[in-house]
Amino acid sequence: MKAGDRLPPLEIPVTRTLIVAGAIASRDYQDVHHDPELARRKGSPDIFMNILTTNGLVGRYITDHFGPRAELRRVAIRLGAPNHPGDTMVLTGTVEEVDGDTVTVRVVGANGIGKHVTGTVTVRIPA
Amino acid sequence: MSGEPEVHVEFEARLKAYEGLPAAATGVGRDLVNEPMIRHWCEAMGDTSPAYTGPDAIAPPTMLQAWTMAGLTRRPERTAAYDELLTLLDASGHDAVVATDCEQEYLRPLRPGDRVTFDSVIESVSGRKTTKLGTGYFVTTRTDVRAGGELAGTHRFRILKYAPAHRPSKPVERRPRPVVNRDNAGFWEGVARHELLIQRCAACRILRFPWLPGCNACGSPDWDTVAATGEGTVYSYVVMHHPPFPAFEPPYAVGLIELAEGVRIVSNVVGVPYDEVRIGMPVRLEFRRYDEELELPVFQGVGP
Repeated sequence: MKAGDRLPPLEIPVTRTLIVAGAIASRDYQDVHHDPELARRKGSPDIFMNILTTNGLVGRYITDHFGPRAELRRVAIRLGAPNHPGDTMVLTGTVEEVDGDTVTVRVVGANGIGKHVTGTVTVRIPA
Repeated sequence: MSGEPEVHVEFEARLKAYEGLPAAATGVGRDLVNEPMIRHWCEAMGDTSPAYTGPDAIAPPTMLQAWTMAGLTRRPERTAAYDELLTLLDASGHDAVVATDCEQEYLRPLRPGDRVTFDSVIESVSGRKTTKLGTGYFVTTRTDVRAGGELAGTHRFRILKYAPAHRPSKPVERRPRPVVNRDNAGFWEGVARHELLIQRCAACRILRFPWLPGCNACGSPDWDTVAATGEGTVYSYVVMHHPPFPAFEPPYAVGLIELAEGVRIVSNVVGVPYDEVRIGMPVRLEFRRYDEELELPVFQGVGP
């Protein structure tokens, strides 16, 4: 593995169920993540995925690829275009740096309206 | 917020004063790190990693923040400073919130049975920013999460508190217009002069309301008018709860008002709570303007 290597993409269908299940599993009861009417009143066309779910999906993308022994050390993400129901987010990753057993991966999650998430994940892969 | 730049500067200075203050003081995770919450998380995320099941299971590291979440209950650990900051932003119209950034570091894994504690500090409050969502302020907090007194992870979280740019504005609903015709035009002309006119039969002198082309006592088509003094009492009333009509905000009281002159008129009872309107309550006529072309006689409650 070396800098520049690409991880296979992971497609995540953004269903209403995923948005709500992710919000509840992360104990995030902000109305915009489960109540379309209140989301609209706050200027959003529909409910949207919460950041904790995005964070969990980014973590999963990395550990799915590197396997169960991989240890997440750091996940830093920034949100852009919201993940609304009916959309699909495609996660892609590029190895940025390999330092001994530690790998830094640049992750992008794009949906139909733009980049939902950009970030970097640092993961330790014990030999 | 006004559009005056100096107002923003002053407001930003007030927000900045919260930087460095604690946002949460010694919070304790609502639940021990536990298998059911881990399973729900993994199911939601579609995460099938064997690292999160079995006797040596760890919690998914990205769950770090989930263990600190209050859920549907209020956060006792949230400080007055953080509450004040959010209230200040809410009160200035920046009442919508969206998380924008999350940066977590994992120092040691959390395992079922761990009790999480955490402290949080308001790291920074940005200047005023205009985003696609609306204009607002970024608030960054940093949380240290401990388990068994040992630092297990840190967590930097940025939210945007904003005034939605695309907040759907409530359409201005207008009250229904009265039907004005040859038979009642004189009544509405009176209203325009702030007079409540009652018809009086020219033949038998009986007062009548509402307006009619002829006397319902003697049949005479001839009439003149008298202006009501405006004193009256609630003869009967209903409180409208449902259905809602445009431009009306239920609940409200609609009274059948008996005027001092003896005739009765239906109109709103205003100035007293809807549930304090009572039969026999004295009321006084007033004219209330609802829009540029509609003014209506209503009745103000004047005590029990």
